[in-house]
Amino acid sequence: MAFAPSDEPVALKILVAGGFGVGKTTLVGAISEIRPLRTEEVLSDRGVGVDDVGGVETKTTTTVAMDFGRITIREGLVVYLFGTPGQERFWFMWDELSYGALGAVVIADTRRLTDCFPSIDYFEQRGTPFIVAVNCFDGAERYEPDDVRIALDLDPEVPVLLCDVRRRASAKVVLVTLVEHALKTLTASQR
Amino acid sequence: MDEEAGPVVRPYALTRGRAHSSADDMDLIAMVTAVGKTPRDPADIGPEQWRILDITARATSVVDLASELDLALGVVRVLLGDLQDQGLIRVRPPAQVAPLPSERILKEVINGLRAL
Repeated sequence: MAFAPSDEPVALKILVAGGFGVGKTTLVGAISEIRPLRTEEVLSDRGVGVDDVGGVETKTTTTVAMDFGRITIREGLVVYLFGTPGQERFWFMWDELSYGALGAVVIADTRRLTDCFPSIDYFEQRGTPFIVAVNCFDGAERYEPDDVRIALDLDPEVPVLLCDVRRRASAKVVLVTLVEHALKTLTASQR
Repeated sequence: MDEEAGPVVRPYALTRGRAHSSADDMDLIAMVTAVGKTPRDPADIGPEQWRILDITARATSVVDLASELDLALGVVRVLLGDLQDQGLIRVRPPAQVAPLPSERILKEVINGLRAL
């Protein structure tokens, strides 16, 4: 008894952010079917002060090879997972990706905690619900979630959890935690 | 090996060099549906666009289309822009579903994820 007719599927978008090599693609792959996406982004006039050459379009493109994951919850209800490109030169992709996103998972590596600062800043500023998932790399010292929370100066309501992004069960807990957090944020805003 | 090297044809050749269209702001997860109308001038419709019309007989997201066609997102947007201008597709932005999905949908997602 879906409210949306079956030919009008509902699509939701979840972002997976964090520093380079922190396990974003691994997390997406652990829980969903990964599909390749090519983006040949046109850089002209997305920047500031680009000359208007009237009709002659400057095709300055940059290739961003991205992956995305798809989880079909049921016929007509699909969740898309997008890893946000890590390098700074791809920041222009972030606004596009985060528009209308349900929420974001920020993956943190305790050996390079500062790498996730930009992601956290970004989602805090945009008001996108997010959680921090601390990927427990082999050989990295274990920290308690509360230590990470303090180190990252997170608001008390932001969930922080330890995870192993290679494991499907762990990836599942991460996503459930995010959607529950988004739901809590949603109901709080309606009050 | 060829895949590593990238496409042989420059990506925007398919769009006759155009890098922009009415679909520039089309969201990644906007849903595209062919309306089932016959194009006024079928010669205007390129083979990739015919494929798009084919695939979107069932509502399909922009990102799934790009992946399915193995074309760059920007290129797909230009092709979709043409189809949109000719009234051949209907595009439903996710804003009509989100920005805030309903509590019911989110609970369904939580249960669905748990059941994976």
